[in-house]
Amino acid sequence: MHFLHRHRGLVPYLLLAPGLAWLALFFLVPMYYLGYTSLQTGDLFSGYAFSWAWENYSDAFSLYRGHFARSLQYAGLATLFALLISYPLAYWIAFRGGRWKNLLLLLVIAPFFVTYLIRTLAWKTILADQGFVLDVLRTLHLVGEDGRLLATTTAVVAGITYNYLPFMALPLYVSLEQVDRRLVEAAEDLYASGTKAFLRVTLPLSVPGIFAGTLLTFIPAAGDFINAELLGTPRQQMIGNVIQSRFKEVADYPQAAALSFVLIAGLLVAVLAYTRAVGSERATQGTVA
Amino acid sequence: MIDRPFTRRDLLRRGLVGGAALSLPGLLAACGGDGGIEGQAGQTESGEETTAERKLAQQLVFANWTFYIDVNEKTKKRPTLEKFTRETGVKVRYVEEVNDNEEWFGKYQAQLKAGDDIGRDIVVLTDWMAARMIRLGYVQKKDKEAIPNEQNLNPALASPGWDPSRDYSLPWQSGLTGIAFNKKTIGRVTTVDQLLTDPKLKGKVTMLSEMPDTMGVLIAAQGDDPTKVTDDAFDKAIGTLQEAVDSGQIRRFTGNDYAEDLATGNVWACLAWSGDIAAGIKNPSIDFTVIDTGSHLWTDNMLIPNGGDVFTASTYMNYVYDPAVAAEIAAYVYYITPVEGTEERIAEFDESAVGNELIFPTEETLGKTFIFDAEASDNPDYKEKFQAVIGA
Repeated sequence: MHFLHRHRGLVPYLLLAPGLAWLALFFLVPMYYLGYTSLQTGDLFSGYAFSWAWENYSDAFSLYRGHFARSLQYAGLATLFALLISYPLAYWIAFRGGRWKNLLLLLVIAPFFVTYLIRTLAWKTILADQGFVLDVLRTLHLVGEDGRLLATTTAVVAGITYNYLPFMALPLYVSLEQVDRRLVEAAEDLYASGTKAFLRVTLPLSVPGIFAGTLLTFIPAAGDFINAELLGTPRQQMIGNVIQSRFKEVADYPQAAALSFVLIAGLLVAVLAYTRAVGSERATQGTVA
Repeated sequence: MIDRPFTRRDLLRRGLVGGAALSLPGLLAACGGDGGIEGQAGQTESGEETTAERKLAQQLVFANWTFYIDVNEKTKKRPTLEKFTRETGVKVRYVEEVNDNEEWFGKYQAQLKAGDDIGRDIVVLTDWMAARMIRLGYVQKKDKEAIPNEQNLNPALASPGWDPSRDYSLPWQSGLTGIAFNKKTIGRVTTVDQLLTDPKLKGKVTMLSEMPDTMGVLIAAQGDDPTKVTDDAFDKAIGTLQEAVDSGQIRRFTGNDYAEDLATGNVWACLAWSGDIAAGIKNPSIDFTVIDTGSHLWTDNMLIPNGGDVFTASTYMNYVYDPAVAAEIAAYVYYITPVEGTEERIAEFDESAVGNELIFPTEETLGKTFIFDAEASDNPDYKEKFQAVIGA
């Protein structure tokens, strides 16, 4: 204790140390190796050697531009749908859930008790060509006789939306739960309609939840490959599928590493742009308020 | 029923010990010669080891694919492995850890490269991966003296290009890649051409994500030689495949999971593995056919990774090459057994397996099969092109 008294300035750093060590060991070190691998050339039999092979990066762009674009598009759509579904859900639980709140939240995360793969395989059954969903859609003539849902873009986006829904719903719930009800009452006292009170008070106060939820959904969704693999066709494959196949099937480790880096960098840029647009300042302040 | 094989095996065992005692000098000489030709450090070492102490290890670690050995459904035990332990005193640790050749290789590559013992005495890998393991020097030669039953090996499998005298490998099971189809929804589908172009099958066809299976049958169907693949033939077949993907004809590329799609009606016709259809799918409207233009005959092989106990592993190989044991395994896995004389014994274990084309293919059927070019299977350019077509 005596030591800490004398060197008060050190305390924050000591408290940070475990987290920093964790990051260094499990993030920076792997990133270093990933970067190192991404600049190698060679093959499985003659071995890989470091050679500043920047062409791995230009190849990543020129060969797999389509896959990157598709990944961002699917992840964007899935994030949007997850937001549209989760917001009313989280709102209802936070404001009308009453004593059922905990149970309802448990139900939101209930699918997480089942492994990711099984959940995705369940969608194969739901959307099957001979399944009940398609039967209903056919009867209503929303889908042609030989139309299908499984093995389409719709199936892949639906699968991603479903799988990442709790990542959106939980942060939304937390921020909506923290909204001071008296502020909404005050707005109504000042003759704001329900809609107006929502738009001027509740929605802005829930921005931190929207911000966190969209990031938590979009980032993993962009790297997802299970949904495209199980619910899509060769024409729906995402960048995650490419990285997996480069790494596992072709044993082209440098290219796989370069692709991973491009994905990380791309996501980082997208997140920074998004943060500036929404304003992380505002987002974090909301939580404090 | 088990009287005969027991006597025979007893004899064999005695024969083994005698053989070992008598042929020590001969073996030493053979090893010296081999070392000179092969020039591989690991080889002479392991050779000396076998001659120096030809005794069984306490435990055999056997790495295999899932559902690939006999299991007693009630006790969940594996009868042939237990019998092996009873006869030799060697305990078997059976690990079902191979799901995919590349995946298994990736898991152990670093250790194998560093020359470490991966703790496996036998591993079962498909032809082309077995070829790769041998080429990289990751496996040891068998102790042929300990495997007199190798004479039961089907002659058709006796000398693959990558291991011409089966010095390193011994087949575990073989299988055919053919066409499975749903008789109710589409009727008989027998040609690759129909799979690729029939408008009625649009979006209802899957092919296999293992490159040798899909590319092999395509190359054979276009009239080229799948046993010696040329760049032109490969590119032509890739072009055909790409068209079928672009037109939406091919729904997916799958591993074993085509079985589920086929059973539920998502898929009406697909490339499939014979054993899956023979044993796995209960749906009576699903049928399987060998392809007239050429079905892929693949083989999974037992190998002894560096560090494994050669004599113990070879003793086990000898054990499974006894037709009585092979029959017991075949009656469960329903793939093509490489052990001759199995058909005569299989009725003891499974009446319905007798005369099953998929377990005991006739000469006529085998005449329609080919073994895919092992070098082409592992060609990085080909792999890359194939991966690009299957979407990644």
